[in-house]
Amino acid sequence: MAILNFDVSRNPRKAYGSMAVLFIGLMIFPFFAAQFGNSWVRIIDMALLYIMLALGLNIVVGFAGLLDLGYIAFYAVGAYMTGLLASPQFAALLESVINQYPVFGESLVAIFGPEIQQNGIHLSVWVIVPLAAATAGLFGALLGAPTLKLRGDYLAIVTLGFGEIIRIFMNNLNEPINFTNGPQGINLIDPIRVFGVNLAGEPGSRATVVIGGFSMPSVNAYYFLFLFLCIAIVFVTSRLQHSRLGRAWVAIREDEIAAKAMGINTRNVKLLAFTMGASFGGVAGALFASFQGFVSPESFSLTESIAVLAMVVLGGIGHIPGVIMGGALLAALPEVLRHVVEPLQQKLFGHVLIEAEVLRQLLYGLAMVLIMLNRPAGLWPAPKHEDRPDSDSDTKDQSSGTVAA
Amino acid sequence: MSEQVILNIAGVNKRFGGLQALTDVGIKILKGQIYGLIGPNGAGKTTFFNVITGLYQPDTGTFELAGKPYSPSAPHEVAKAGIARTFQNIRLFGEMTALENVMVGRHVRSHQGVFGAVFRHKAAREEEASIRKRAQELLDFVGIGQFANRTSRFLSYGDQRRLEIARALATDPQLLALDEPAAGMNATEKLALRELLVKIKNEGKTVLLIEHDVKMMMGLCDRLMVLEYGKPIAEGLPAEIQSNQAVIEAYLGGSH
Amino acid sequence: MDTFIQQIINGLVLGSMYALVALGYTMVYGVLNLINFAHGDVLMVGAMTGLTILKYLNEYAPELPGYVKLAIAIGGAIPVCIIVNIVIERVAYRRLRNAPRLAPLITAIGVSILLQTFAMMIWTRNPLPFPQLLSSEPVMIGGALISQTQILLLVLAAVSMAGLVLLVEKTKMGRAMRATAENPRVAGLMGVDSNKVIVATFALGAALAAVAGVMWGANYASIQFAMGFVPGLKAFSAAVLGGIGNIYGAMIGGIVLGIIESLGAGYIGDLTGGFLGSHYQDIFAFVVLILVLTVRPSGIMGERVADRA
Repeated sequence: MAILNFDVSRNPRKAYGSMAVLFIGLMIFPFFAAQFGNSWVRIIDMALLYIMLALGLNIVVGFAGLLDLGYIAFYAVGAYMTGLLASPQFAALLESVINQYPVFGESLVAIFGPEIQQNGIHLSVWVIVPLAAATAGLFGALLGAPTLKLRGDYLAIVTLGFGEIIRIFMNNLNEPINFTNGPQGINLIDPIRVFGVNLAGEPGSRATVVIGGFSMPSVNAYYFLFLFLCIAIVFVTSRLQHSRLGRAWVAIREDEIAAKAMGINTRNVKLLAFTMGASFGGVAGALFASFQGFVSPESFSLTESIAVLAMVVLGGIGHIPGVIMGGALLAALPEVLRHVVEPLQQKLFGHVLIEAEVLRQLLYGLAMVLIMLNRPAGLWPAPKHEDRPDSDSDTKDQSSGTVAA
Repeated sequence: MSEQVILNIAGVNKRFGGLQALTDVGIKILKGQIYGLIGPNGAGKTTFFNVITGLYQPDTGTFELAGKPYSPSAPHEVAKAGIARTFQNIRLFGEMTALENVMVGRHVRSHQGVFGAVFRHKAAREEEASIRKRAQELLDFVGIGQFANRTSRFLSYGDQRRLEIARALATDPQLLALDEPAAGMNATEKLALRELLVKIKNEGKTVLLIEHDVKMMMGLCDRLMVLEYGKPIAEGLPAEIQSNQAVIEAYLGGSH
Repeated sequence: MDTFIQQIINGLVLGSMYALVALGYTMVYGVLNLINFAHGDVLMVGAMTGLTILKYLNEYAPELPGYVKLAIAIGGAIPVCIIVNIVIERVAYRRLRNAPRLAPLITAIGVSILLQTFAMMIWTRNPLPFPQLLSSEPVMIGGALISQTQILLLVLAAVSMAGLVLLVEKTKMGRAMRATAENPRVAGLMGVDSNKVIVATFALGAALAAVAGVMWGANYASIQFAMGFVPGLKAFSAAVLGGIGNIYGAMIGGIVLGIIESLGAGYIGDLTGGFLGSHYQDIFAFVVLILVLTVRPSGIMGERVADRA
C-alpha cells in the first residue's frame, strides 16, 4: 500500500493525509453509488456492520490472542435484545406468559400496563444500544470467567460450543414462553430514530430521509450513521492498542508466562478483552436488528462466526487497517459473486456452473488454507521494524554466540 | 552493604509425582548482594526459581521479601511484591519493539486502564510519558538504547538477554532473579554481562543468579549456594565453596 | 423403565459412533497436539462414499444380501477416507507443525469448509436418502427395541475398537505411535520416523470415521453434506471427556457422552418442568465439554491437561 499509508508512527503526515483522502472518499461514496441503485449502498451498510464486528473481535483475537469461534453469539444477544425491546415481540411474550402462568402473567400486565400487552415495548435507541452492549458484555464475562485459562484450541472449541448453544436457544426459546419466536424470528423491529429523524424514513415517504433540507434514501442515512460509528470504534480500538492495556494484551498474546512474570494479572486482563469485544458485538447486533427490521436464528450461525474470524485473521491479525480491509473484502465478496460471477458464467458457459453460494464457500476455504500456509500474519499485517538505517552497531564488535531462533 | 535481609526463604519442599525435586531448601540474601545458585544439571535450581516466583506451588516453605511475608501463589503477585525474573530460554514479547517490551515491565507500577486509554486525560498522558521515559532510560542503562524501536525478535542474542534484564528492572524490583543470563554467550559477551551485573549491584539492587559458568560465578558473587539433587550441599563465600569437599565431588570434579 | 432401557440402547448406538470418531481426534492430538477440526467431515465423506457405492450395487447387483452390500460399502469408504485424510495432512497441516496455535486451527477450519464444499458440489446440498439394507424388523431386548442395523453398528464398532487396541498394543507401528505421542523427540532418536507415524495415525482415524459414517447413514437413513460437523464436535467433546490423547478414554468418553445425550434428551422435559424440550439435545455435548474443561480438564482417564501451554 504505497499510495496511502496509515502508519502514524513512521510518517505521521502521510498517515493523516491518507486518512483525510479516505474520509472524503467515504463521505461522497453513497451519492456516487446511488447511481447504480440502492442495493449497493445497502451492501456497504452491512459491510460496515461486519467491519464493526471484526474490529470488536480484533480486540479478542488480534490484540489478546484469544481464539473465539463463537463471537457471533454476542451479535445475536444484542440483536435479540433489540428484537425484544423495540418491537411487538414483548406483547407476544406476555401473551405466552399469560397462557402458561396466568397469575404471574396478569401481574406482569398490571406492572407494565395494557399498552405493552397490545404493542410490546419500544425503547429508544439511546437506551437499547447501551443495554445491548452491557448484556453482551455480561455474557462475555460469564463465558470468559471459567474458560479463558484454557489453552488456545480448547478455548476455540468451547467458544464455538457456546455460540452454538446460543443459536439453539434462540431457535427454540419460543415455548412455553415466547422469548425469541423460534425459527421465524422477530419481525417489525423499530428502525433507528435519532434527533427526531427516523432513519427508515417517515411512513409514506418511500424510505426517504430528510435531514436539514437534504433528502436521501434511507440506506444512505444508515450508511452515514454506521460510518460514523465505525470511525468511532476504530478510534477507540486504536487508542486501546497504544496504551498500557493494549501492551498488556499483546504481552499476553506473545508470551503469557512472561506477561505474568512482569506483574500482569492475565486473568483479569483477558477477561477485559473478552468482555469489551463482546460488548462491541452487542452494539453491532442492536444496530443490525434495527437496520434490517427483523432477526432470525439463521443470521447467527457458526458460518457467520467463522466469517468474522476470517476477516480478522486473513485481513491482518491485530492490525486495524488490515482488519478493516478483511472485513470489507469478505463482506462484499458474496455480493460481488452474486452480481458479477453468476452472470459471467451465464455469458461464458450458457448456464451457471457453480452457484455464488458454493463459490463463496470454496473461496473461503481456499483462502483460509492458502493464507495460513503462506502469510500466517494475514494479508496486511502490522509493519515490522527491523531495519533502522541509523543503528547498525550490532555488526561491529561482538559476534554473538548463537542467534536466537 | 547494609545488613537488611531482602530475601528470606526456608524449608521449601517440592515433589513432582514420584520425584522429590526440592528438599528443605532455604536461602537468605542481604540487600546489595549478588547471590549465586549453582549445581549440576537437574539439581533443582530452576525449579527453586519457579517456586520463588510463583510459577510452581511449593509443598512447604516460608517466604519473606524485605521482611514482609509474600505468597508465591501467582507470578503477577510476586512481581508486584518485588521479585522480577528473567528466563533460561529468553521470553521476550517478540513482536513488540525493545522499548515496548520494557514499557510492559512498568505495567505493575502504573495503573491506567480503559478510561485512560480511550480518553487520554492529563494523568493518563503523564503516566504514559513517564513510562516511556523510564523505559528508554533502562534501555540506555543496559546498553541497547539505540535499538529502542527495533522489533525485539530481530535483536542479536546478547542484546535480547540485555533487553530481558532491562524489562525486569522496569518493575522496580527488590530482588532481580536471573536464570542463566550468560547461557549461549561467548567470553566477550560474558564479560560485558558481568560488567552490567556489577553496575546493577552498584545501583543498590540485589541479584539472585543461576549460572553454569562457575569461574564467572566465583568472581562475581558475594555468596553462593550449591544444590545437588534438590538439596543444598554447601553455602557461603566463593572461597569456602571452592574448597568444600562435597561440592568438589559433586560438581567441580576436582578442578576449577 | 422401558423408556430408560430404550434411551440406554439409543445412547450406546450413538455413543459407539462418537467413540469411533473420537478415536481419530484423540490419536491425532496425541501425536501432533492439534485438534483436527475437519475430522467430523471425514465421517461425512465416508457416508457419502458409502452411499455412492450402495447406489451402484443396488443397480448392478441387487440380489446381493444386505450385509454383503454394507460390507462392500464400508470396504470402499475406508480407502477413500484414508486418502482424503492423508492428503489433508500432507498439504494443509505438515508445514504448520511448529506454527503458533492459531494457524493450524484456521487451516483446519478451512479444510473443513473445503470438504463440505466439495461434497456440496459432488453430491448436491440436499439431504440424500440412505438405502435400508437390513431387515427393518426390530429386535426386542428387555422391553426396548433395537434394529438389526443398530446391532450391526454396535458389533462393527466393537470389532473396530478391538482391532485398534490390538494394533496399538501389539504391533511395531502401534508402539511407534505410542512412543511418538509420549515424546516425539526421543522417539525420533530411537529411530521412529515421525512422519510415517503421523500418516499412519491419520489413516487409522480416517478408517474408523469411515465405518462410523456408513453406519450413521444406515442408522439415520439420511445424509447431507453438512452432517459431519456437529457430530464431529460432539465426538471431540467425547474425546476430552475421556481424556484427550488417551485411546481408551476416547472409547469410554464416546459411549458415556452418547448415553448422557440420549438420557438427557429423553428426560429433559421432565427435569425442567416442560421449559426445555428435546430440541435442546445438541446442547448436552457442549455443556459436558465446558464442564469437563473447567472442572477436570484431564478427563476421565486423566492424561494431558488442557490449560498448560
